[in-house]
Amino acid sequence: MNGLNANIPEGALEDKWSNFKEKAKLVNPANRQKMEVIVVGTGLAGASCAASLAEQGYRIKSFCFQDSARRAHSVAAQGGVNAAKNYKNDGDSVYRMFYDTIKGGDFRSREANVYRLAECSLALIDQSVAQGVPFAREYGGYLNNRSFGGVQVSRTFYARGQTGQQLLLGAYQALMRQESLGKVKTYTRHEMLDLVLIDGKAKGIITRDLVTGEIERHAADAVVLATGGYGKIYYLSTLAMGCNGSAIWRAHKKGALMSGVSWIQFHPTSLPQSGEQQSKLTLMSESLRNDGRIWVPLKDGEQREAGLIPEEERDYYLERRYPAFGNLSPRDISSRAAKERIDAGFGVGPMKNAVYLDFSRAIKAQGKAKIKEKYSNLFTMYEKITGINAYEQPMLISPAAHFTMGGLWVDYQLMTSIQGLFALGEANFSDHGANRLGANSLLQACVDGYFIAPYTIPNYLADELKAERIKTSHPAFDEAEAQVKAKLQQLMESKGNFSVDHFHKTLGKLLYDKCGLSRSKEGLQQAIEDIKALRNKFYTDLKITGDEHLNSELEKAGRVADYLELGELMCLDALQREESCGAHFREEYQTADGEAVRDDEHYAYVSAWEWKGENEQHVLHKEPLTFERVSLTVRSYK
Amino acid sequence: MVKAKGTTTQAYKLWMALTGLFLCVFLVIHVLGNLQLFLPAEEARIQFNWYSQLLSNNIIIKVISYVLYLSIIAHVIYAIILSLKKQKANGVKYAYDQRGAVSPWYSRNMGVLGTIIFLFLIVHLKDFWYQYKFTELPLDAQGQKDLYTIVISAYQELWYVILYEVGLLALGFHLLHGFFSAIRTLGLYHPKYVKLAKWVAWAYTLVITLGFMAMPIYVYLSN
Amino acid sequence: MKLNLKIWRQENASEKGRLVDYQLDGVTTHMSFLEMMDMLNQQLIEKGERTIEFDHDCREGICGQCGMMINGRAHGPLANTTTCQLHMRSFKDGETIYVEPFRSSAFTVLRDLKVDRGSFDRIIQAGGFISAATGQAPEANSIPIAHETAEAAFDAAACIGCGACVATCKNSSAALFTAAKVVHLAILPQGKLETAKRVDAMVQQMDAEGFGHCSNTEACEVECPQGISVLHIARFNFLYHQSRLMSKT
Repeated sequence: MNGLNANIPEGALEDKWSNFKEKAKLVNPANRQKMEVIVVGTGLAGASCAASLAEQGYRIKSFCFQDSARRAHSVAAQGGVNAAKNYKNDGDSVYRMFYDTIKGGDFRSREANVYRLAECSLALIDQSVAQGVPFAREYGGYLNNRSFGGVQVSRTFYARGQTGQQLLLGAYQALMRQESLGKVKTYTRHEMLDLVLIDGKAKGIITRDLVTGEIERHAADAVVLATGGYGKIYYLSTLAMGCNGSAIWRAHKKGALMSGVSWIQFHPTSLPQSGEQQSKLTLMSESLRNDGRIWVPLKDGEQREAGLIPEEERDYYLERRYPAFGNLSPRDISSRAAKERIDAGFGVGPMKNAVYLDFSRAIKAQGKAKIKEKYSNLFTMYEKITGINAYEQPMLISPAAHFTMGGLWVDYQLMTSIQGLFALGEANFSDHGANRLGANSLLQACVDGYFIAPYTIPNYLADELKAERIKTSHPAFDEAEAQVKAKLQQLMESKGNFSVDHFHKTLGKLLYDKCGLSRSKEGLQQAIEDIKALRNKFYTDLKITGDEHLNSELEKAGRVADYLELGELMCLDALQREESCGAHFREEYQTADGEAVRDDEHYAYVSAWEWKGENEQHVLHKEPLTFERVSLTVRSYK
Repeated sequence: MVKAKGTTTQAYKLWMALTGLFLCVFLVIHVLGNLQLFLPAEEARIQFNWYSQLLSNNIIIKVISYVLYLSIIAHVIYAIILSLKKQKANGVKYAYDQRGAVSPWYSRNMGVLGTIIFLFLIVHLKDFWYQYKFTELPLDAQGQKDLYTIVISAYQELWYVILYEVGLLALGFHLLHGFFSAIRTLGLYHPKYVKLAKWVAWAYTLVITLGFMAMPIYVYLSN
Repeated sequence: MKLNLKIWRQENASEKGRLVDYQLDGVTTHMSFLEMMDMLNQQLIEKGERTIEFDHDCREGICGQCGMMINGRAHGPLANTTTCQLHMRSFKDGETIYVEPFRSSAFTVLRDLKVDRGSFDRIIQAGGFISAATGQAPEANSIPIAHETAEAAFDAAACIGCGACVATCKNSSAALFTAAKVVHLAILPQGKLETAKRVDAMVQQMDAEGFGHCSNTEACEVECPQGISVLHIARFNFLYHQSRLMSKT
C-alpha cells in the first residue's frame, strides 16, 4: 500500500496539469514497441485509451465481453457531452465548468481532477469532430449547444439523442484503425476473471473465452481497467444486461482500494417497472423535463385516470418544493422527491410505482407539432415499449439506478493503489464526487482515455522499461489461473434450486430498498446481514445448467457472486458516511423539510476501502479533500 | 489490404446494370419497329419488311447487333455468377422464411423472371430471327424477304399468343425492377432524381411492356 | 397468453442445428420478446436443461447486439425495430413463433441463436475510419459543416451494426452496413480525403468475408432499426465507381 497519496502536482490549480505534462517521463519510440498494455473494456474510456496508446507505438491487447468493441454501454448515452468552449458567449469558462461540476458533486471530489476535466473538455470536441462525429450544427455550419440540468450555461454538445453512440463509434473506429495497422489486438467475447500481480505490480490478467470456455493468460507491462460502472447490481437499472463490476472487484480483492462505493445516481426519468419478468428500465432522455411537468395526485387512494383529475387536485411537487429550478432540478433531488411521493402512497400506474410526466400544458401552449418536432423519437419509443400514446396521456416515469460515481480509488494519474493498474472512466471514482452532472460522464470517459492516460501511463512505463518482460509461464499466472478455475468449477458444480437471476433480483430489490435513493442506519445494518445470508444461500442453493463452453448462466453467476460481495461494501460505505451528500441521502441527516444535510467538518474526505479477505471486515482509509479555490456551500435549488 | 478473389461483386453488379440498360435501349428500338405492324395490312407489309432489311444490312446496326448479342450473353453469365455467389453467401437456409413480406416479389425473383425471359427468347429468336437470317423466305412485291407474313401467321395460333403474353409479362416485371435497380447500381442517389428515376422506370416499363403485349393480341384479333 | 415456440438449437459452429418445440404459458403482453425468452430459460433451468443462448445487451435498441429471425423476419414482425424493443403485444395468444439465428455464411452460428459478426468489425478495419490520431485535431469550429450535411452524416452514422440488413437480404449482402459507414465519412470534409481508398478497401473486405451482392430489393431499409435509407447504397455505388474510374491502377 503506497498510502493514500493522490500525487497532485505542484502549482496553481490552472497550472497543475501543464506542470505534470512538462515533467512526465517519456519512453522513446523504439522502446514503445517492446512494451505491451492490456486494456479491459472497449467503451469510450477503454477504446480511446487503447487507440491513443497504440498511436504512440505501444502494443495493445484490448478486451471486451460483447461480440464487438462497438457495443460497450457508452453507446446508450443519449443527451450529450459537456465542454467549456463558450461558443454561445454566455459566460462559460473552464473555471465555471469546474465549479459547476464540483458543486454538482456536492464537494466530494478533488479540485485538481475536476479542473483538469474541464480543461481537457475543449480538446475533446476538436478530437471528436476530427474523427467524424456528426455533432449538431447551426445553419451557418458551426457547432450547436444545448443546456442541461444543474447549470446556467449552454455547454452540451450533442448528436440528436445518440451522442454516446456517435462518440463511441469515433473511438471504436480509431481502435479498428490501429487493429488494421497491427498495433492492437482485440479479444471480443472475452471476460477478465482475475488480475495477476508480480512483486506488487499489475502484470497481466486471466481471461475466459466466452465461446470456447478456455481460460487464457495475458501478460503486459501495465493493465488498464475501463470496465464501466456496477449499477446493474440493482438488477433493474438503465444499464446493459452484461454491465458488471467483476473486473474492478477482482482487482479490489487483489489490493486495489474502492472509493465512493455507495454513491450511485438514480436517473429520475426512467420508465417504471411494469412486471415481475422485467429485466431493464429504459431511460427517457432528461430533456423531456424541459417541457414536461411532473406531478402525482393530491388525494390519497386516487382512482381516476390522469386526465380526469382536476388541476387543483394535482401535486406538482417539484414546482412546489423547488420553485427556482422546478421540473429541472438536478437528478438526485428530482429522483428523491419522486421516491418520497411514491413511498407516501401517491404513486401512479398499475404498480403504483411511478409519477406522471405531463405534456398537456406544453402541447396546449406550443402546439402538438412543436412538441413532436422536439421529442417525436422519444414519444415513439415510449409507445413502442408501453403501448401508450403520450400525446394524449401523461407518461409514467420513475427513478432508476443509472451511474456509479464510486469505483476504484485512483490518484491524479488515474493509477489505482496497485502499481501499474490504471482505472479509467466510470470504473474509477474520481471526478463526479457524490453526484454526477448530466453530460459529464461521456466527457470523463473520453478525457481519461484520450488525454490523461496517454500521458500518465507512459510516465509509469518509463520506469518499467528496465524491468524484465514477464512471461505467462510465471508462477503468479499459475496461481491466478488455478484460483479462477477453482471458482468456476465451484459455480458449475452448484446443484441447488435457484437460478442466478433469482439471486440477482433478490439482491437488487434489497439494495433498492435499503441502499437506494435513501438510506438509514437500521436499514443498512439489516441489509448487510441480509446480503451475507443471501451470499451463503447463493453458494449452497445456486443452480446452473449447461456446460463449461458457451454458457450465459455461468457468466452471470460469476458476476452475481461479485455483486454479492460488492453490495455489502456499498452498504458498509453508506453506513459509515453519517451525512447526506449528493446521491447519498441518510434519513437521519436531513432538515425539517427533507433537504440533505452535509457534514463538511467530519466527512470532507474520500473513503477508500481495503479488502482484507473473505468474511473479513473491510478497512477504511481516508483521503482528505482540501479545497483551496472553492468555498463549500450548501447546494440549494430552491 | 485484403484483396477479394477476382472481380468484386460491385464490379459484377456494374456490368449487370450496363448490359441491362443497353438491352433496355434496344427494346425501345424493337417496340418502335413493332408499331409498324399496327398499320393497315398492305402498308404494314411493305414498311415492316423494309425496316427488317434496313436493320440487317446497315453496317452500324450490324455492329450494334453484335454488342447486343454480347450483352445478352454477358447479362446471363453475370447473373449466373452472382446467383452462385449469393447461394454461397446465404449458407444454411432459414427453416421458416417470411422475409418476402418486406420487398416486392418480382425484385426477389429476377433470376426466375430472367430464366423465363431467356426461354422465351430462344423460342422468339428461333421463330423469327433465325428464319429471317438463315432460311429462304418468300419475297414481297419489293423483293424484300417477307418477314411480315411469318409474323402474322405465327400469331394466328392462340397458344402461341398466350406463350408470348406470358413471356412478355415476365419481361415487364423484370424491367420494372431491373431498369430502376440498374440506375441505383450506377449510383444515382439524390432523392429528387431518384424519385424521377422511379417514375421513368414505371413509365418505361408500362410503355414497353404494353407495346409488346398489344401486338400479338392485335394480330390475333384482326385476322 | 400461451405460446408455442419453435426455437433453433445448435451446439456449436460445426454441428447441425434443428428447431425444438417449447410451450410457454403465462406470458403477458407488456413483456418484451427477450423477457419472454428469459422466462423460458428460467423454466429450462428448473428442468435442468441447458438454456437457450441468445445475444442481447443494452435492451434499449442501440447496442446492436440482439438479433434473431422471429417468424421468418429479421428482428420480428415490426419494421425498424430491434428484437429487444419488440413486445409480446405484437403476438397473439396461442400463436406459434419460430425463432432462428441471423443467417449468412459470413455470420457463423456459435451456439443456438448467437452468431459471430466479427466480419463487420473487419469491414470497418479495412477503412471505416478517419485517419486522425489523438492530438492532431484542429479547433472544432475551424471546419464549418452545413447543418444539412451534419444531419445527413448522422443519418448514415446511426447504424448500430446489428446485421439485420444481412439477415433479411436474399443475397446476404452487407451493402447497407458498408454503405452507411462509407457515406457517413465521405460527406464530411474531415473524411472526404480518404474516400477512394476507403471505399475500395471496404468493398474488397466485404467480398472477402463472403457477403453477397446487393440487388436493390430494399428489404434492408425496412428491417433496419435505424431506418437507414437504401439511397446510401446508391451513393456508395457512385463513390465506388468514381474511385475505380479515377484510380491509377
